[in-house]
Amino acid sequence: MLHIYCPHCGEYRDEEEFHSVGQAHIARPLDPEACSDEEWGEYLFFRKNPRGLHHELWVHSAGCRKFFNMTRDTQTYEIKEVYKIGEQPTVVVQLQAVSGAQS
Amino acid sequence: MSDVTSTTKLEQAATKAAVMNQLPADKESLGQSPLHHADFASAAKRGAQKGGIHLSELALLGHLTLRCDAGNLEQLAAVEAILGVPLPLTPLTSVEKGAYSVRWMSPDEWLILVPGLEAFSIESQFRDAMPGHYSLVNSSGGSTVLMLSGDNAVELLQKSTTIDWHLSVFPVGKVVSTLFAKSTATIRRTDDQRFELIIRRSFADYIWLWIQDASLEYGLVIEA
Ligand SMILES: [Zn+2]
Repeated sequence: MLHIYCPHCGEYRDEEEFHSVGQAHIARPLDPEACSDEEWGEYLFFRKNPRGLHHELWVHSAGCRKFFNMTRDTQTYEIKEVYKIGEQPTVVVQLQAVSGAQS
Repeated sequence: MSDVTSTTKLEQAATKAAVMNQLPADKESLGQSPLHHADFASAAKRGAQKGGIHLSELALLGHLTLRCDAGNLEQLAAVEAILGVPLPLTPLTSVEKGAYSVRWMSPDEWLILVPGLEAFSIESQFRDAMPGHYSLVNSSGGSTVLMLSGDNAVELLQKSTTIDWHLSVFPVGKVVSTLFAKSTATIRRTDDQRFELIIRRSFADYIWLWIQDASLEYGLVIEA
């Protein structure tokens, strides 16, 4: 059972009170009419499924009923941070040195 | 928060168009509590007079759900003028003045309880005085209030919820919306061993049965 901090209520609550709503930071295309089928399909249906850090949207459904973001490790289930809608995560995947050529 | 900061005259008029007094015209009958069938009045006389759990219903109060902008000082002033008490802006807190009480429900939502016969007059005052973009819904018929007290009240809540009820983290006046058994409740501590449960009408019977079962080991005293 996860112990989740709600940034709106300002305290930890049991996982039972929350629902996960999937990947966070999905921006709706500003002009849907101008999208190709592929772009619109990507927006609607395609989601990340990382092993490791994942930014997710959650809702405190039995509490304040507000949405917020959570960065969670999908491998260990460790919650790295929670942050409000409109804010950016501070815990992000560090980009590795791209090519092995330099080492 | 809403990005709507001002409303036109037309919109102001629209906020008043849908206002209606939900009470019957005779002004005497307030309707029927969802726990009418439980007949607390008779149970209080015939039932146990001693026990660790005391239960009563505050039936047919006026429940007003207010949504507005916590950063809008004009709105906050209007609310304070109407209720005589400022909105609790700190999460999970409540305020009480006379027969009026206000609970923080969410950063932009509060639940106001008033005497049943006053609900419409207070609602009308909001329509007249509240500036800007807001919402006020009279949800009186949708829920009811149970008062739970006694030496074992905390134990009953511990069985029914996942909240930490220790006084050091759950002081008098704190309010939480949470899961209660397999339903939900908004629970406020009104004294060390006294709690107010606001429950949904459709779950009232289920919670009544649950409380009877959960208090078997302590003894249940119904108060009219
Ligand atoms: Zn919350």
